Amino acid sequence: MKEKIINNIYKSIEEIYESMDVKISLEKGIETQLFGGGDLDSLGLVNLIVSVEQNIEDEFNVIITIADDRALSQKHSPFRTVGSLADYIEILLKEKLND
Amino acid sequence: MTDKPVMIITGTRKGIGKYLAEYYANKEFQVIGCSRGHIDFELDNYLHFSLDVSEEFPVKKMFSEIRKKYGQLDILINNAGIASMNHSLLTPISTARKILDTNVIGTFIFSREAAKLMKKNHFGRIINFSTFAVPFKLEGEAIYAASKAAIITLTEILAREYADFGITVNAVAPPAVQTDLIRGVPKEKMQILLKRQAISRYGDPKEVCNVIDFFIKPENEMVTGQIINLGGV
Repeated sequence: MKEKIINNIYKSIEEIYESMDVKISLEKGIETQLFGGGDLDSLGLVNLIVSVEQNIEDEFNVIITIADDRALSQKHSPFRTVGSLADYIEILLKEKLND
Repeated sequence: MTDKPVMIITGTRKGIGKYLAEYYANKEFQVIGCSRGHIDFELDNYLHFSLDVSEEFPVKKMFSEIRKKYGQLDILINNAGIASMNHSLLTPISTARKILDTNVIGTFIFSREAAKLMKKNHFGRIINFSTFAVPFKLEGEAIYAASKAAIITLTEILAREYADFGITVNAVAPPAVQTDLIRGVPKEKMQILLKRQAISRYGDPKEVCNVIDFFIKPENEMVTGQIINLGGV
């Protein structure tokens, strides 16, 4: 599951690539910085999250809201790196699939 | 997929919403409507969802189906709204919450999910509904008018937030239109209210359509964050 999630995040980064002011390099893999220290500004984060939500929905046929109350109140934001975002999405997906 | 413009209208079971659904379906838009209850009409170019506009998950599910079926969304008309004519001292909290949920939260959720779909094509038109009760500071409509004042602010701020995505957000504020929303208001009181308008008569749904037609024009790229009050309020 995790690998599929990560691949969908990469896919989303490619999808929004054209709209980025500063292009994200994926050389660091899951350590790639996103928001807060990374190259994404707030509009870039909005574009990325919307794209990831739709790609995850298409991949797993599960509707999730990534920017939920829990994500926004965490001490360590899930939006820091590709890896932290994938970890958070995995939690959301497991909860939905177990419902 | 469709070659028609895809439009969502909330609250299509009756009143202005039903009129808008018929009007735009006949104009060859692909209209997707929704309401809490079931509808008693059938239309070509029309698809209906039964849901509560303030419940996030059913709304997200509806948008997911629209994305898969049509791959696009061009226009959202946030028409669904409820009112309760009552003095604030006699208004139960459950009623106040219901009005805020439907009118404010419903508009917010639909706008948010619509913008996610619209931004893909870098085009979208969102139309919200305010009311003459806001500028008139209408006694007996405290929560309803407050909810619609919130819609004005929402419209103005979403217009700024969505501008980068090619989406405009505007609102129309109809005068009194003879629908269920004002059914409980005494006739004499309505006459006094109508006299406060520059054009002292009830509004007609076709006059609301006229404003929406203007807002949704593809070439109308520079009009956003605007509220049009009808009737010379």
